[in-house]
Amino acid sequence: MPLIPQPPPPAGGALLTRLHAINAEHGYLPEEELRRAAEELGVPLSQVYSAATFYAAFSFQPRGRHTIHVCLGTACYIRGGEKLLEKLESTLGVRPGETTDDGTFTVETVHCVGSCSMSPVMRVDGDTYGRLKADILPRLLRRYQTEAGGMSDEGT
Amino acid sequence: MINLTVNEQPVTVPEGTTILQAVRAAGVELPTLCYHEGLAPYGACRLCMVTITAPHHGLVASCAYPAEEGLMVETHSPEAVSARRLALEFLLSRCPQSEVIRELAAQEGVTASRFGTPPPERAEELCVLCGLCVRVCREAIGAAAIGFIGRGMERRVGTPFEVQSEACIGCGACAEICPTNAIKIEDRGNERILHTWHTTVELHSCPECGRYFAPEPTGFLKDMFPEIENLWALCPECRRQRTARQWIEQEHTRAT
Amino acid sequence: MKVRSRSDLETLRAEGLSTLYPSRLKISVGMATCGLATGAAAVYDALRDEAARRDLDLMLVATGCLGYCQQEPLVEVRRPGRDPVLYARVTADRARELIAALAEGELPTEGALAIIPEEKPPAGSKPAGGLPRLNDLPFYSRQHKIVLRHCGLIDPASVAEYVAQGGYEALAHALLDLTPEQVIDEVLRAGLRGRGGAGFPTGRKWQICQAVPIQPKYVICNGDEGDPGAYMDRTVLESDPHSVIEGLIIAGYAIGAHQGYIYVRDEYPLAVERVTQAVARAEELGLLGENILGSGFDFNITIVRGAGAFVCGEETALISSIEGGLGEPRPKPPFPAVSGLWGKPTVINNVKTLATVPVIITRGADWYASIGTEQNAGTVVFSLVGKVANTGLVEVPLGLTLRDLIEGIGGGGLNGKAVKAVQTGGPSGGCLPARLFDLPISYETLTQAGSIMGSGGMVVMDEDTCMVDVARYFIGFTMAESCGKCAPCREGTQYMHQILTRITAGEGSVEDLELLEEVALWVKKASLCGLGQTAPNPVLSTLRYFRDEYEAHVKEKRCPAGVCRALIRLSILSELCNGCGLCRRECPAGAISGEKKQPHTINPELCTRCRICYDVCPVGAVEIVR
Ligand SMILES: Cc1cc2nc3c(=O)[nH]c(=O)nc-3n(C[C@H](O)[C@H](O)[C@H](O)COP(=O)(O)O)c2cc1C
Ligand code: SF4
Ligand code: SF4
Ligand code: FES
Repeated sequence: MPLIPQPPPPAGGALLTRLHAINAEHGYLPEEELRRAAEELGVPLSQVYSAATFYAAFSFQPRGRHTIHVCLGTACYIRGGEKLLEKLESTLGVRPGETTDDGTFTVETVHCVGSCSMSPVMRVDGDTYGRLKADILPRLLRRYQTEAGGMSDEGT
Repeated sequence: MINLTVNEQPVTVPEGTTILQAVRAAGVELPTLCYHEGLAPYGACRLCMVTITAPHHGLVASCAYPAEEGLMVETHSPEAVSARRLALEFLLSRCPQSEVIRELAAQEGVTASRFGTPPPERAEELCVLCGLCVRVCREAIGAAAIGFIGRGMERRVGTPFEVQSEACIGCGACAEICPTNAIKIEDRGNERILHTWHTTVELHSCPECGRYFAPEPTGFLKDMFPEIENLWALCPECRRQRTARQWIEQEHTRAT
Repeated sequence: MKVRSRSDLETLRAEGLSTLYPSRLKISVGMATCGLATGAAAVYDALRDEAARRDLDLMLVATGCLGYCQQEPLVEVRRPGRDPVLYARVTADRARELIAALAEGELPTEGALAIIPEEKPPAGSKPAGGLPRLNDLPFYSRQHKIVLRHCGLIDPASVAEYVAQGGYEALAHALLDLTPEQVIDEVLRAGLRGRGGAGFPTGRKWQICQAVPIQPKYVICNGDEGDPGAYMDRTVLESDPHSVIEGLIIAGYAIGAHQGYIYVRDEYPLAVERVTQAVARAEELGLLGENILGSGFDFNITIVRGAGAFVCGEETALISSIEGGLGEPRPKPPFPAVSGLWGKPTVINNVKTLATVPVIITRGADWYASIGTEQNAGTVVFSLVGKVANTGLVEVPLGLTLRDLIEGIGGGGLNGKAVKAVQTGGPSGGCLPARLFDLPISYETLTQAGSIMGSGGMVVMDEDTCMVDVARYFIGFTMAESCGKCAPCREGTQYMHQILTRITAGEGSVEDLELLEEVALWVKKASLCGLGQTAPNPVLSTLRYFRDEYEAHVKEKRCPAGVCRALIRLSILSELCNGCGLCRRECPAGAISGEKKQPHTINPELCTRCRICYDVCPVGAVEIVR
């Protein structure tokens, strides 16, 4: 038993759910939101911060309007995911983790989105694109640059 | 009670004992970094690896493995020794500046590392990530002021956002428990500065001599534990003097 | 409506049958993530809009994944009284044509892949109309679907369709006719082993947990599926969520738990959405909550979404993640069955394990045990991906050989290239060479060969895959995913990655290979949890089977597969180049120059050796010089 009495632990999954909600609302985890979460859930701030920095899904920096996740899972890696990334980097002029100057795209890599049979795969916001070839990237990106984005007419 | 053998020597230990405790009860030395008898087993430094030879076989971290009836344990089997040496060799390459690590490694015959040196920004690294500071602060003190940050090779210990902690009570348990003296803490005037935690707490001054001696945020302790009310009220020096005076007075009254 | 009894289930079944087999035209589109990734949503919209335009009476549904992902988007057309026809690789244009034809009362043959008979056809009979039956296609003929029994065939949002296929019958049988001990006994006798990777007997795990006299207890469904290159669990959660929910309730009943958790990998938003809906629907119907089916048994499920940490698939890390901490494993024993979530007895099972349970309860242990082999009963699901002709999700009886899978079902290498190796078990598994492809698939054989069964990832590699680079890839993965708690995994993976990077950069030495092996063996033996204990497998297995490739890298500074950038050069064969300029446009480094219709050249100073030019050149004029 610790010297300082502890509050009861939060409900199962409550902290992760809260962190997801903050990240979804703001696109990242603002400090004051984490402090508030700690208080409201009755969890030590150190624990909240540990979890926030442990998981890849959370960000401490604001993101662009669209987040591109290039899959580098095994299947995608074997079938050219890196080439896709390289082409994307040169097209947008950013490296993974960075956001384009105009704030449109943040580029990230991900270890598998579970569409391995369609490799190589890329995800833009919630939309997954499979069987990609480097040469269709410009067309695909343009769709998100011009409007809010969305699935293609014909798939890819 | 549980009966087991350590290096062919029989030992008897109470239920709920770990292999490490049994090993030490048998008088056999085994280095550890992340183990502390007051805290829950953690099993992170992997120095305490031993071989179980019967009734099943395996290399296990003795600090976290429950002693079982009939277990045969070898602390210095070739695989246990080589696992320990490699762990130390890696620690040596992580913290080449640590006196404690260098000595510990030397005791096991490791004086140099094949695994390189830390990058310049971590050249002075002393922390071996044993987690004792984090655990003592959470499990024993209950302040939970510090925690692990990041994961994998990015992992480190620190306060939330790596700024002044509001939860830290300045007790210094972390610095006290740290096996490699990695935590820098200093009393200066009416302040205790926990450099490693970017945190400063106020010190409480002795009502008699005015000297600063206990961190102000530990004041809650005297409300919780009336028996330490006295302890908290006076600095150790004045308390010693006061007790001495009381003794003398008592002697005096008895004599007269 | 509330389902309070068996007869209420019957009512639900009737409803399900009416939507499964309606008396009007029905079109189903496979809309799990893989279908969506290839444009299924656009196909769905095109079908809907075109049917509206032509006033065609149509029931349009989104189903899950049939497994034949190679052929996605898949569309099934069912006319009343006829065997449904499956169309492959449908585009929005083709969807419109399909509607046009159907409006004329016709069924186009173009793009038709197979028929899916609803009645079991008499043995040896040939289907009418010239199309093969789905189950006669080489991709399906050796499959035996248990876990994937409903995937792609029912609407995952419809609990009624699940019930119509026999769903929740097992739950009723378990809760109303069997004692917890009988349930456990059935699972034990079936010989079901955990499909999360380690293959621990499920019934045994339940027995241990049930025997611990501590309450409350918990059951957790592990849907973290961290293996990059595998998507079996995603498919089940997206395509048949109720099978997992049913299995979880039965597990809860067996061990005496009243609270369950489903932990779903963060990268699977659609799976999260579908299980969340399914749980809500089950609650609405009273299949979750108090006094389920009038049995007096209460059970609830909470869904927890992971947050991108492979280590959280490890059971103790998963528990700590649910508790609200970081995903940090702790030493075992005690095992979760004795001391798990909040220190209480907890059973953790994989998605596929739980999805299998209802079938065992309905059809019996003997039936299940008769499939597969003696020590390895039942079926196993693999995601067959990488350099293989037919990619997709396959479920086969244990005991089939790797060759049956890769060559028989998978159709061999991609574009006719020779298959060199297969990787099972993801970052925890190993790479097995083609000469071992006659090994029967079982937990033990794969482990002996230096790999593991894992949860079902099967990545095929061909001559264009560098095995040293693959080892570096996997160690890079585990290094990034190591929680950092214990020294061997944290420091060891990092160091192995350094060595492998050195070797692939052409700067390695023969001594590096020895050092690599020494460190790998230590990490395997000394790490705290399964992540570290298995992380060296890709390294050790490639060192064992593909040592020649390592030696070519360190001794000759040559990458035989032509992958490692420091060891290759790209050049254009002027006699083949027709100057189309495609490579010049696609080169991300701007390293290619040339006039239209004139042979192009690559500037080696600028070239990053990404090999995009090699891929895009239509006449094969780009050469990799190794
Ligand atoms: C690093 C690591 C990752 C794991 N990932 C998963 C996973 O994604 N899914 C899973 O079911 N089991 C995973 N496991 C295995 C689990 O720890 C556990 O054994 C399993 O969920 C038990 O369920 P089963 O008996 O049904 O297989 C993983 C283990 C390790 C060591
Ligand atoms: S600072 Fe000291 S006690 Fe804390 S983790 Fe590092 S070595 Fe261990
Ligand atoms: S083996 Fe790796 S993942 Fe597991 S506890 Fe150790 S550092 Fe963490
Ligand atoms: S490896 Fe890319 S989706 Fe799985």
